[in-house]
Amino acid sequence: MSALEKITKVTGRAVPVPGDDVDTDRIIPARFMKCVTFDGLGEFAFYDVRYDAEGKKKKHPLNEDRFKGATIMLVGSNFGCGSSREHAPQSLHKFGVRALIGLSYAEIFFGNSTTLGMPCVSVDVETLHTLTQIVESHPEKPLTIDLEKMVVAAGGNEYPIKLAESAREGLLAGEWDPLALLLNKPEEIESVADRLHYV
Amino acid sequence: MGKTLFHKVWEDHAVRKLPNGQTQLFIGTHLIHEVTSPQAFGMLRDLGLTVKYPSRTFATVDHIVPTNELVEPYSDPLAQAMIEALRKNTKESGITFFDTNTGKQGVVHIVGPEQGITQPGTTIACGDSHTATHGAFGAIAFGIGTSQVRDVLATQTMALSPLKVRRINVDGKLAPGVYAKDVILHIIRLLGVNGGIGFAYEYGGEVFDNFSMEERMTVCNMSIEGGARCGYVNPDQKTFDYLKGRPYSPNGAKWEDAVKKWKSYASDKDAIYDDVVNIKAEDIKPTVTWGINPGQAVFIDENLPLLEELEGSDRATAAEAYEHMSLTPGAPIRGTKIDVAFIGSCTNGRLSDLDEVAKYLKGKHVAPGVTAICVPGSQVVAKIAEEKGLDKVFREAGFEWRGAGCSMCLAMNPDKLKGNQLSASSSNRNFKGRQGSPTGRTILMSPVMVAAAAVTGEVSDAREVFGFAETVSA
Repeated sequence: MSALEKITKVTGRAVPVPGDDVDTDRIIPARFMKCVTFDGLGEFAFYDVRYDAEGKKKKHPLNEDRFKGATIMLVGSNFGCGSSREHAPQSLHKFGVRALIGLSYAEIFFGNSTTLGMPCVSVDVETLHTLTQIVESHPEKPLTIDLEKMVVAAGGNEYPIKLAESAREGLLAGEWDPLALLLNKPEEIESVADRLHYV
Repeated sequence: MGKTLFHKVWEDHAVRKLPNGQTQLFIGTHLIHEVTSPQAFGMLRDLGLTVKYPSRTFATVDHIVPTNELVEPYSDPLAQAMIEALRKNTKESGITFFDTNTGKQGVVHIVGPEQGITQPGTTIACGDSHTATHGAFGAIAFGIGTSQVRDVLATQTMALSPLKVRRINVDGKLAPGVYAKDVILHIIRLLGVNGGIGFAYEYGGEVFDNFSMEERMTVCNMSIEGGARCGYVNPDQKTFDYLKGRPYSPNGAKWEDAVKKWKSYASDKDAIYDDVVNIKAEDIKPTVTWGINPGQAVFIDENLPLLEELEGSDRATAAEAYEHMSLTPGAPIRGTKIDVAFIGSCTNGRLSDLDEVAKYLKGKHVAPGVTAICVPGSQVVAKIAEEKGLDKVFREAGFEWRGAGCSMCLAMNPDKLKGNQLSASSSNRNFKGRQGSPTGRTILMSPVMVAAAAVTGEVSDAREVFGFAETVSA
């Protein structure tokens, strides 16, 4: 497998996506999962949040021109709960999202996102509130998530972020997709298989 | 110092520590279906890799199968393409596929146990979050994303961080009319939809000791709705009795050895837990959801919470839920009119669920204007139910009797809510849009409570509708 890019910083404009417990059905409704590839899922990201039954745009930050082209999402707590469908982070990634800043994430969503090289970093409630205010008043100014210094730089200040150490190390080392690591000691896999009573 | 089942299984399946601190974990049993596997096979092809242990992977088709159109080609070409992709991928890789013509097809989490594929002390992964179901057998079972499906196909392993273990004891005796579904909805309500993040849930205590395997599966199934990555019950004689004689269970001389091994995986009496929660069975009543996540639930005889009783983000989520559900804070949930009644899904589409409902549905009829559907979780469930005449009971009561599949749990098939219809559902998620209409509404409850709602046309207390106390004592 070819080497992966080391992800040390993500810089981009941000868009706030309000709400806690935003589930994977919200991120991509199930009816858009009838596909055998992930291509084209980007247009269905948050579809029912962005469009009404007639396909007209609803009032939502994701539909506002001032946030158009944002690559960082500001989200609440337990983001990505529900299904294990990788279609959810895939649709965000294909929509153009490269990182999330939020209060907390559901575990499977977090892992799926990391495997795509899309860091999901956490901040405290006050920081999220401050970042949201900064982004609301200056949506044209980019934020920078710095995974080496573990801060997000916004509006001339730096705010601490948290990220599970395994995800951080994987991103910094360019090993965020673990497949190459999993493949490189086949004899160790076989020895576990041999000692398990049921394999 | 004693160990939990989780730690014993983890240690036995750990291949090595990865540089990022995660563990490369051997996955003994891999279950795949049509929604989350085609992209994984595509990635394998792109990388020039093959399936490492095809004999340890089992496939079925569930999400997209139409439940009332059993002949191919399906009218939805996308659904047809997905089932054909799975046929091709499993054939090329030498993977066992419980296809629609085998008599064994069904929801993956129902098929695994009923075929005896799900066994204690094993690791199981599947690209579906309700894989937690298999924990009912004392397996450590993870729902995974498609890249991890690829990882498991290519290496039979995946990278995982260890979990803490929370022991949840439910002691005492459940009152008549209180089911496994009520127990898990109550647990999620108490601990929160994100309460389980970082944890495996170990369910135990008198209630779980007394539960059937099916009831244990219902609870483990919804572990993910409480944020836990997996949930399990320690294996016991009931587990072994369930597995004996099933197609993929060990047989002959291997059976006794397997049972001995399985027993050794149960948590030690002096196991150390990261957290312990104690719940009294007597405190649990029939429970229904009122909101847009499974933690927003009340007892059937409770009023809906007032917004001012809720704090912080719970209040904001509740306000959003009330708007979506068109429900009024402070009002009773009982009496809410329903349009659709759905019995099925990997949570409650098992034979025992249908048996229990049929017991009370006999002689009753679905209220005018209510669409009621019963969807057996697998072809095996459907066949046995039909042999027992359960289909007749459901049909005579005004239910539609369907073929096996996920149906209206997530509506990736023709079974969908329309507009803002309100569904009484035995499934596991009440998320916005989950049942197929962006404005559709879902109230989760036990199958018997769904039947009560179907019969009365409104959210009702099944104990009153079906004269429960008398029936049980009779």
